[in-house]
Amino acid sequence: MIRLQGLTSRGQSKKFARIFTLTPYIFRNPILPALFLFIASCGFNHETNVESGTRQGILHVGNGDEPRELDPHVVTGSIEHNLCMALLEGLLDRDPESLDIVPGVARAWEVSEDGRTYRFHLREDARWSNGDPVTAADFVYSWRRALLPALGNNYAYMLFYIRNAERFHRGEITDFNKVGVKAPDDLTLVVELDNPTPFFLQLLTHMSYFPVHQATIEAFGAPDERGTRWTRPGNHVGNGPFKLKEWVLNRSIVVEKNGHYWDAGRVKLNRIVFYPIQNATTEERMFRAGQLHITGTTPLDKVEYYRQERPEVLKLFPFFSTYYYLFNTGASPLDQVKVRQALAMSIDRQQIVEKITRAGEIPAFSYTPPEVNGYRAEPGFSYDVERAGALLAEAGYPGGAGFPPLELMYNTSEGHRRIAIAIQQMWKTALNIDVTLVNQDWKVYLDKRDARDYQVARAGWIGDYLDPNTFLDMYTSNSGNNDTGWSNLRYDTLIAQAGETTDRERRFALFREAESVLMTDLPIMPIYTYMSKALVSPDVRGWYPNILDIHPYKYISLVQSTD
Amino acid sequence: MLRFIFRRLLQAIPVLLAVSVITFLLIHAAPGGPFAEEKAVPPEVLKHLNERYKLDQPIHIQFYDYISHAVRGDLGPSFKYPGRSVNEIIAAGFPVTLELGCYALLFALLIGIGSGVCAALSPNTWRDYLPMMFATIGICLPAYVLGPFLVLVFGIWLEWLPVAGWELIPGDKILPSITLGSVYAAYVARLSRGGMLETLSRDFIRTARAKGMPEAVIIFRHAMRVGLLPVVSFLGPALAGLLSGSFVVETIFQVPGLGRYFVQGAFNRDYTLILGTTLLFASLIIVFNLIADIMLAWLDPKVRHETING
Repeated sequence: MIRLQGLTSRGQSKKFARIFTLTPYIFRNPILPALFLFIASCGFNHETNVESGTRQGILHVGNGDEPRELDPHVVTGSIEHNLCMALLEGLLDRDPESLDIVPGVARAWEVSEDGRTYRFHLREDARWSNGDPVTAADFVYSWRRALLPALGNNYAYMLFYIRNAERFHRGEITDFNKVGVKAPDDLTLVVELDNPTPFFLQLLTHMSYFPVHQATIEAFGAPDERGTRWTRPGNHVGNGPFKLKEWVLNRSIVVEKNGHYWDAGRVKLNRIVFYPIQNATTEERMFRAGQLHITGTTPLDKVEYYRQERPEVLKLFPFFSTYYYLFNTGASPLDQVKVRQALAMSIDRQQIVEKITRAGEIPAFSYTPPEVNGYRAEPGFSYDVERAGALLAEAGYPGGAGFPPLELMYNTSEGHRRIAIAIQQMWKTALNIDVTLVNQDWKVYLDKRDARDYQVARAGWIGDYLDPNTFLDMYTSNSGNNDTGWSNLRYDTLIAQAGETTDRERRFALFREAESVLMTDLPIMPIYTYMSKALVSPDVRGWYPNILDIHPYKYISLVQSTD
Repeated sequence: MLRFIFRRLLQAIPVLLAVSVITFLLIHAAPGGPFAEEKAVPPEVLKHLNERYKLDQPIHIQFYDYISHAVRGDLGPSFKYPGRSVNEIIAAGFPVTLELGCYALLFALLIGIGSGVCAALSPNTWRDYLPMMFATIGICLPAYVLGPFLVLVFGIWLEWLPVAGWELIPGDKILPSITLGSVYAAYVARLSRGGMLETLSRDFIRTARAKGMPEAVIIFRHAMRVGLLPVVSFLGPALAGLLSGSFVVETIFQVPGLGRYFVQGAFNRDYTLILGTTLLFASLIIVFNLIADIMLAWLDPKVRHETING
């Protein structure tokens, strides 16, 4: 009414005034209905996900992306590992805090004197989610399946420590009886290894060693058929603390407590809802609005805010992963050790972690992260611009004179770009070297890296198990992951020797020696050790920061926090 | 009319065939394969994967194979998601994208026509300037600015609406629909203002007024029918754009639609998924343009004559 008066008082014609009384309200001010829409909707969320979840024992977790599959022998990523960890259980498990090996399906085990034969005693009360007992034969079946060549299991190599497993996978032998896995009875599993493998028990906690339910697999296809419907809700049979309830593509995956699980008494959560949230900013907003208990990461520009304002929910802790650059050692000028040394020594890593990554990353002067289950690498080199200049001069490029233009390739990402720019600048200032930056779409980057069609390339590596071997064996001459063209006989020998050594100190000494070879020759240039950056609601108990960034859901509970 | 529709649909066949050939060649020409990963894929594993997905065959055989399945409605298995067929991914994602697109369109029409007509009725007053200012801002503001802004205001400060999700919490469809629709609302507002302004100055409106017809009847029955024709012809491309262009909104709001697959399929070199979604969107654009033409013919006798006899 006031509006109408205002209108006439402004001398608008009577005719228009009439229209406005006749036309629906919306025509007078279209912005108002939109506002009403919002006002009407206010009060939708009296209780947030986190509040109701905590009350009902339902954990809401941000889980990175849509899992490619839930089949432990087809997938490889950490997103899938989080889910498989809830749905399945291997022979052994990890303590969520110390990461020590604890019993899983196996209640006890013995290792032979030579460290090559393991005998596992399975617990009698281990059950599949349909009530079937979990037997030693299930493991033989599952490991055979994981090795079947046609399944296309990218992680098959994790089982290669078992005698003849690699030959079976390559199709050189077809009789699985020749492979070192036997089930003398329902509750005993005997495993024979090629070499004493001190980290073998750790491998058993990895999804590539998880069991699958034979009858279920075969109800939906051949054992080596990829992507059958056995992993769908209603079909899936697992032996983990939770069972699959619902899987809506790209929206959520819901698992609920498995009553048949042998340790069900310890499981506190009734349900877990996994959300495939790719965008870290969206994930953080959902956390802030009380839609999530736990996020997978924190956006870089929000780390500082949480550090200042809500330090109790921000969990920053070193991750078992190294950010580094690869040098293609096959072509000039990077074929010269001194050039690579000069490049590695002229980067101020402290600046990079303080000014760019800013989450407390650790500057890296060794390839393995600082502390790996008792193994501590010596820094292989140092930040020394003067020495770098001298080395470059010795290599024939005094003051950078005559140094051919260098190309640095990274996969398209804002974070990688910032680091590359900083390094480009540092090399220019310290060594007077010109570097061009080239970003490539992920698959092109992988393709070029694999074909060694690059000079310097960004890379990252996440260790699979807590042992220096997971980092160091990838730079042996015949490793498929060695994209640098670097080959060093002494390094190969040291790694091979370490593989045959049981004595822990002796083994670590061999690894240290190998790593010093690697850090002298520098086919790769470590930059920093990654940090995990999770946001965890104060309601969540039993979640511990650890270097593998794994958080077994079995131990997690929800308690209404006091604040 | 039927002949016109039939002819248009017939024309669509070579168009779709060309789209699939070009897409197929482009994705196969792009460097990097679907199975490359950070951890090196052992050659024997790669060999088995290539055999399984028939990538070891010559390219023309692969194409023939794909097309002969596609015409029967089978778009093949996804490369990235071993357990999913492209049909299944589309069946899961498309209804969501469609729903989001429809809400966004509804929002665009409601706000756009409302403010456009309102502006045209009192040109060069604040009733005109204000909505047009919003429209200009709306056209300029990309979804990745508007979306987070709306989330900040209504999701985080006011705590009225969920910040993300789709069918997870009541009310979570509102912000993505508004974000996606706002650019189109702005276009619709400008189009309807222009159309209405032109129409209101035409002779038949003056005649109607001279006859003493009530102003509301003049606006609703006579002026809008002609004045909103530009909006109608914009609808087809708009809906197609809303459906295929929802990637950013889907990412910001964690909406499980098809837009994400459309874009990520390309990054992942998921050949079948790119082809499937491209063909789907191409068909939709053809269909929506056809529908818009039919509607236009129904509303405008001049166009009706041209389309049917032309």
